[in-house]
Order: sequence, then C-alpha cells, then structure tokens
Amino acid sequence: MAEEQKQEFWRWTESNWKNPDINWNSAKFITVGIDVGSVSSQAVIMADGQIFAYANMRTGSDSPDSARNALKFALEATNMPEDRMDYCVGTGYGRVNVPFADRSITEIACHARGANFIYGNEVRTVLDVGGQDIKAIQCDEKGKVTNFLMNDKCAAGTGRGMEVFSDLLGVPINDVGDRSFEFKGEEPGAVSSTCVVYAKSEAAGLLRKGWSKEEVLAAYCKAMAERIYSLIERVGVKPEFAVTGGMAKNRGVMDRLMPMVGLERMRTEWDTQIAGAAGAALFGYAMCQKGKGRKK
Amino acid sequence: MITAGIDCGAKNTKAILMKDGEIVGKGMLLTGFDQEKAVEESLGQALKDAGIYKDDVQKIYGTGSGQKAAKIADDSVNEIKAMSKGANFFFPNARTVIDVGAEEGRAAKIDEKGNPIDFAINEKCAAGAGAFIEAMARALEVTIEEMGPLCLESDKKIPMNAQCVVFAESEVVGLIHAKTDKPDISKAIHDSMASRIVSIIRRIDVNEDIVMIGGVGYNPGFMTALQQELKVEKVYIPDEPEYGVAVGAAVVAAEEA
Repeated sequence: MAEEQKQEFWRWTESNWKNPDINWNSAKFITVGIDVGSVSSQAVIMADGQIFAYANMRTGSDSPDSARNALKFALEATNMPEDRMDYCVGTGYGRVNVPFADRSITEIACHARGANFIYGNEVRTVLDVGGQDIKAIQCDEKGKVTNFLMNDKCAAGTGRGMEVFSDLLGVPINDVGDRSFEFKGEEPGAVSSTCVVYAKSEAAGLLRKGWSKEEVLAAYCKAMAERIYSLIERVGVKPEFAVTGGMAKNRGVMDRLMPMVGLERMRTEWDTQIAGAAGAALFGYAMCQKGKGRKK
Repeated sequence: MITAGIDCGAKNTKAILMKDGEIVGKGMLLTGFDQEKAVEESLGQALKDAGIYKDDVQKIYGTGSGQKAAKIADDSVNEIKAMSKGANFFFPNARTVIDVGAEEGRAAKIDEKGNPIDFAINEKCAAGAGAFIEAMARALEVTIEEMGPLCLESDKKIPMNAQCVVFAESEVVGLIHAKTDKPDISKAIHDSMASRIVSIIRRIDVNEDIVMIGGVGYNPGFMTALQQELKVEKVYIPDEPEYGVAVGAAVVAAEEA
C-alpha cells in the first residue's frame, strides 16, 4: 500500500498533436481556441477551419500561465511562430484569463460548435463532462445552442469525482474503465450516496466488508452514470447524441450511461477533450472571414 | 425514573442518562466501524459516569443514523423529534433548532413543548455538514479545533465560490498558492458554511429563539458566522451541544414510558 501512495493515480496523459497534412504557410487564416478549464486546458490551432495542431494538459494554479502553456505545447510540434495567428478566442472556466485572446466566448457555445465539428453536423445533443462540471446541450445543425443545463456546483459525476475515487482505490485513472468491468458475477448496484465525499466513506466500508476494488469501481461508475443521466433527462435527448470532455474516454461510466440514454453515441477520431477549444478556434475563423482578423 | 438516550451518529456515538428530568451521566466515543459496539460502550461510559447500573435504567431509546444498530435499546426515536425535545430541554424558549453534525445538517420549527412542527434536512451533501469543516481543516493543514479561533483572527472578507467540498478543497489550495492569509481563508470557509446552513433554516422560516446543537456548535468561528448570517443577536447553545440529540432521546424515553 505504501508504494501505491507515492503514485499519482489521478494523473491522466497530457498530449499534443500536429496534423501532418497541413502546411501553415499556405493557410489564409490561422485561428486559435484556448479552453482553460478548472482541471484541464486545451489549445487548438486551426488553419482555415481545419485542425492544424492541438494540446491537452493539466491546468496549473494560474489561468494566464495555463493558457500560454497550452498554446506553447500545441506549437511545440510545429515550426509556426506564435504571432502568426490571426485571431484567438478564449473560453472555459478561466476564459477571462487568456491575456492574448481577442475575445472570449461562453463555454456552452464553444462546446456545441466544437462537437458539431468533431462529430459532424448530425449531432443534436451534446453531453460534456469535464473536470468540474457537467453540461447537457441541445444544438442545431450549425452547432448553435438551442437549450442547455449545467451543473458546476457539485463534484458528483465530474472528472474530479472520478479522480477522488481513483486515488482512494489506487487505480490509475486511465485504467478505471476496464477495471470496473473486471469482476465475476452480477454487477453490483450503484453506491447509494451521490455526494463524492459520502460515496468515498461508503466505498471504504464496502472494501472493509470484502468487496474488491473492481466491484467498488463498478458501483461508483454506476452511481456517476445515474447522476449524469439525471441532468441529461432534464434537457431531453434528441438524436444524434455525442459526448465531449474527458469523461467520454471513461468506458466505466459511458458504458453504464448509454443504456440509460437509449441511443448509440456518435464516434470520433478526435480527442474529446478538445471540443471547447475547437469550437473557440472556429468562432475565430468566422471572425476572420468577416474581416475582423488581426492586421498584419 | 431513569432513562437513556443513545445517539449513534456518523462520527460519534453519544449516550445520556437522565434521572427525573436531570442529566446524571454522559458518555461519548467514535462510532467507528462497529455501531453496535459503540452504542454499548457509550452507554457503559455514561453508566460509569452516573455511578448506576444498566438494570437501573427503565428505558433506553436509540436515535441517529445508526439507531438500528442499537440492539440494547428498547425503542427508537427519529432525530427530528429527538433534536426538538433536546433543544426544548435546555431552552424552553426555543422555537427553531439547528443540528449540524458530521454528515447531516437539520433545522426544525418547534413548539413550546419541543414538538417539531416542520423541518428541513440536508443529508445528501457534505458541504452542508461538519464534513466540510473537516476537509477544509485538512486543506489548510490545521486541526478542526484550530479552525474556529483562526477564523476569528480575520477582518477581511474574501469570496468563496465553491459550494462543494471537493471543489472547495481545490479553491483553498489555490488561495494558499496565491499567498492568502490563513485566517482570511478560514473566515471565508465559515461564512460559506453558515450561508448554506441558513438556507436550510430559511426553508422552515427563522423563528426566534434559535438553538444550536450538534458537534459543529463547538466551533466559535461557525457560530459567529451563523449569528451574522441569521441577523439575530443571539443563538442559544447548550454547554455540550454534541449531546443535544441524545438528551432529546432520553427525554422522549421518559415521556413515552
């Protein structure tokens, strides 16, 4: 046990990526979207509305630094100078702290627009589960928001809630999904407490009673899925349905949520955490096309 | 007539012995993992404190989240009734009673006999209970006992946005990184806690006189913030507020005998 305590189980993989097929030199408009969330930050660089490069990393304690670091991380794989950008849009929890942004746009609008981009224009219901919030958004074929509900007050169902459990059980967060299905027999019922703090006490009691880590994980993922579903239910689900944010990568929660929703969720090759920043970059592209880009 | 009230709570189990309307013994210990054992041991402590034997006790009533584990009890009473009777025992002038324990925050509107007329509970969210203070103390790296007095050293109001224990922990860490003084952070914590408790109370209307019981009552920072938020001159509190519900259970045991 002592060994496990030195590990940081909540630490998920930070990443950056560059599109091998795009040469920034031949782009008319380079636009940047920066999404500074309370847990993670993303930077998406677009060349004429196509993703050129992006980065996804943990938000530090300082929002302006997080924005700069995310952009730097995205630029790393490219040889493009930072001042080449024609427009920058900031969004997210710390969006007011993107010092180099030309404007900021609400995270709701950016997520809908970004989901429309990474999933395609058939998406009408977007579920975004990030580090500290859950958003259920309905949008039209252009990715414009028509209805939404957000919980940003309670950790239940959020990425932070999952991190607390991953730490408690000593299971690396990337493995939670698979591990939550590694038990024999019937799937245990959801933990009865919605609250992460009380669920943690409940889980400790279950472990003492002899439950395996995998069984406890299953019970907790089920409870998180129920929590998330209760928000979705209030907004309503119209096909097609897509999930953005880090939780989309957690099959422990997703595979238990989707039967409640009653639909298949859309698939994408893109990292689901970049939806907000992608939407922001697209808004920037629209601004450039209207002639509002930075003067050279 | 000797009765016992045993409140098996999420954190502590409290036992009270009453003889002819007076408290004659008390016992308390951590509930831990074995509720039944905690119930028995707390009663044992109270009996020793009073210098009487178990056979002398006519009726034992259990209450609290672990009341089903009180196998030695003759009967049980729900916490709302117990907290109401407990408040009335200490302060017959009480018309609103607040009980904030480790994992629950409750408010009841009561009559002159200590009967509950209306009530509101938070049992789902750790931010509305002692668990919030406990978690924040950990984040500030001080003991729970130090939290209250620390808060009273502050004269600055800083906002606290998080309404959730998990998010508040991150917010406190952020405030510490930004070199905010600990007393000011503690004050923000207690103000935010008081605001949540008061919103529970407002669901049943604020009727004076107001009585506070439960372990969080020991916290002077919370009590000050509560009085300020309620905009009342005084909130009554018994010397050992944590025993309030156990006292109420003992009172009910005597009433129903």
